[in-house]
Amino acid sequence: MTGTRRTVAALFLLPALVLLGALVVYPIGYSVVRSFSNASGDGFAGFDNYKALFTDDGIRTALKNNIIWVVFAPAVSTALGLIFAVLTERVRWGTAFKLVVFMPMAISMLAAGIIFRLVYDQDPDKGVANAVWVGVHDTFAQSSAFPKAHPGRNSPLRPQSGGFVTAAAVHTGQAVGLPLVGVAPDQMPDSAKKAAAAKPEPGKITGTTWQDFTRGKGVGRLGAVDPGELGYAGMRIEAVKDGKVVASTTAAGDGTFTLPAQADGALLRLPASNFKEPYNGLDWLGPSLVTPAIIGAYVWMWAGFAMVLIAAGLAGVPRELLEAARVDGANEWQVFRRITVPMLAPVLAVVTVTLMINVLKIFDLVFIIAPGSSQDDANVLALELYRKGFSEGQPGIASAIAVFLLLLVIPVMLFNMRRLKREVRR
Amino acid sequence: MRSTSHTIRTRTTRPAARQAARAAAAALCAGALALSLTACGGDGNDNDGSSKESGTPTGSTVSLPKLNGQSLEVAAVWTGGEQKNFKKVLAEFEKRTGAKVTFVPAQDPIINFLGSKIAGGQPPDVALLPQPGAIKQAVDKGWAKPLGSAAQEQLKKNYSPGWQDIGKVDGKQYGAYYKAANKSLIWYNAKVFENAGAKEPKTWKDLLGTAQTVYDSGVTPFSVGGADGWTLTDWFENVYLSQAGPDKYDQLAQHKIKWTDPSVKQALTTLAQIWGKKDYLAGGPNGALQTEFPASVTQTFTGGDQPKAGMVFEGDFAQVNIGETKAKVGTDAKVFPFPAVGAGSPVVTGGDAAVVLKDSKAAQALVTFLASPDAATIQAKLGGYLSPNKNVPLSAYPNEVQRTIAKALIASGDDFRFDMSDQAPQAFGGTPGKGEWKDLQDFLKNPKDVAGTQAKLEKDAAAAYGSGS
Repeated sequence: MTGTRRTVAALFLLPALVLLGALVVYPIGYSVVRSFSNASGDGFAGFDNYKALFTDDGIRTALKNNIIWVVFAPAVSTALGLIFAVLTERVRWGTAFKLVVFMPMAISMLAAGIIFRLVYDQDPDKGVANAVWVGVHDTFAQSSAFPKAHPGRNSPLRPQSGGFVTAAAVHTGQAVGLPLVGVAPDQMPDSAKKAAAAKPEPGKITGTTWQDFTRGKGVGRLGAVDPGELGYAGMRIEAVKDGKVVASTTAAGDGTFTLPAQADGALLRLPASNFKEPYNGLDWLGPSLVTPAIIGAYVWMWAGFAMVLIAAGLAGVPRELLEAARVDGANEWQVFRRITVPMLAPVLAVVTVTLMINVLKIFDLVFIIAPGSSQDDANVLALELYRKGFSEGQPGIASAIAVFLLLLVIPVMLFNMRRLKREVRR
Repeated sequence: MRSTSHTIRTRTTRPAARQAARAAAAALCAGALALSLTACGGDGNDNDGSSKESGTPTGSTVSLPKLNGQSLEVAAVWTGGEQKNFKKVLAEFEKRTGAKVTFVPAQDPIINFLGSKIAGGQPPDVALLPQPGAIKQAVDKGWAKPLGSAAQEQLKKNYSPGWQDIGKVDGKQYGAYYKAANKSLIWYNAKVFENAGAKEPKTWKDLLGTAQTVYDSGVTPFSVGGADGWTLTDWFENVYLSQAGPDKYDQLAQHKIKWTDPSVKQALTTLAQIWGKKDYLAGGPNGALQTEFPASVTQTFTGGDQPKAGMVFEGDFAQVNIGETKAKVGTDAKVFPFPAVGAGSPVVTGGDAAVVLKDSKAAQALVTFLASPDAATIQAKLGGYLSPNKNVPLSAYPNEVQRTIAKALIASGDDFRFDMSDQAPQAFGGTPGKGEWKDLQDFLKNPKDVAGTQAKLEKDAAAAYGSGS
């Protein structure tokens, strides 16, 4: 009787075992074997591949980044999920809010990666992150009208701390020319008119500051106002004597300006405030910010997942406990700290551990979001595995990375399984 | 319906007849049918082909065997329009021979893709390999099969010795270069040059002058797609080939001289004359490092009078990206050869060679066809394609720009040099975020550090060439 039952049981188990064997056990076993052989797969390499794991610079960065990921991504996601779950419980439109937060989960990693590649685009006209950042920045610091202006050939001006200053001192009764080039026509202020050569006036310093460049003709007469050249309307001009500003003015629409007699013998300066570059925002995908930026994208996706699980756990917390605490005079923060969080601890642990396993194998987001130039700085183990195996032709090292990842996941998995068993027994 | 029943009844000749009938003009239909019915294994089918290629002066120049019922797989990394156009060439081959050809899209690097296919026992019959190094690798591993006499005959007839030689390994012909790229071009926005009053430069000094003029007009001179490391290696290669000369170029490509060589220092210093000026690069170095190649092209040709940049350096294939903008190649988007840094203008090329992986009559016939002017002419007409085949009539190219580029390529005879990073081991010359790609990206970020860049390049090169992968 028991014998037949065993056979029947074995028969029923067989399909599952065959599938598991072929799709899980065999690949793992083969990876282990492969990790001990050399690049071409026909010779034994001993521990060389594992040695490479800890000596190769690329793998070391990947390892470091993986640690950052495992520490921060699950923690931040769980924390946000907890906050969302607790808050939505008290809001009338909680379900709608939950739905919105959960929605990114419905998007594939690949699509999310493409979305965030755009979000983090350097160009504020394309990337939302920089658009917001630049918008905030520009409300506090205005950009200037002539960002790229610079002296042309044989210019009387020379650069000085971001601005430009005349090489020689100016004197009354003189008409000074302050030509620059390089301002794009569509960036010229609307009030700019055709430049006019200033006439000398006794007792005053007059002059013109203008764009010494005619479209389609180049510079024209160097250092002289040609017809069709525009004045720098609104350019600030300072007269500097011994490092002190003695007089200042702004240019008219045609670029002309007049300075009083006390500017006699001073150097004329176009201060740096005229030329400040427009703020271009943060270098989100540059080497230093790329990992946090991608973790941000990950949190955007997975905070919803954490929230839903935690909300389910929250529903199981007995109301009486909370009520009792409140009756005893605990404020909301104390209730949250002393009652809600401890009661939710098992759920929080499960969520964090699940996310940790998920994060250890993170690949797609990093692969897609990081541009080629900073892929090395954003590297993680799974990506390095792919690069070693499929673009550098080092399947041995790639297998070693795979085995290493497996070893990293096993303790976390055991913890999760233990926990699950205990829950079931309870 | 009708043709299906035909196929069932007589298996030997009908598929070809069916294909021909479908594509031929109605008037030709009867004649074509008769021809292919009578001439089963001969050249009759080829005549069908030429009669359909309306206006092709070359006509059919290659004789192909009948391959009814056989099927072939061709692997290449081409996507999008390139793939579509290549499929038209394959369709012509199907029409002429009756074989069925399937295109297998491969990923870069194709040699690893093929490795997994071969390990799985399912290699494609023919693969298009983009690097001489890859051909050598395929031969060393015993994957590639030598080309047959028919294919070799086509090569001798249509290719300069230089192009034949880079398809050889140890004196044996394995690869037939089907597609070439001229990577020594600088594309510019004609409107920007007109507004600035700038002229096409002939020398590096002129180029710097032109850049300054463009900058003075209020437009950033260069757009660099630095997120893709290969655009940067191409910059370097052009400067190096022109400055240090072909001999040094070959030595460096084989790592016979070190990257710490003074010639490398000179080339990097020259390069820094452009890369080192942050106002010369669209978005500055950091912006350039996050600009992928396609965006680097499109941003040069969008924005009307005020594009993000005036010039963008890259090969003829940039046209594909220009096609995505409203700019018209030849009028809005013009091109000049990479200026001479040293004695003469460099011609750095790339290319894809057809290699037989499963030796069969059909596979050999396909490579023979691809080496013939017939195949190249079809794709040349569709645009975005250059052939190293000197018997492709220049009139086949769809516009003046393409004709100029093709002429320059053919005219360079054997003085061209193949892309250096493509000759290097994959780990050094072809992996994102690694080796030469990464080192030059770092150099773009910090162009003052010539010596440090050389040291890093040498270290990475030593590791990659040493492992012999």
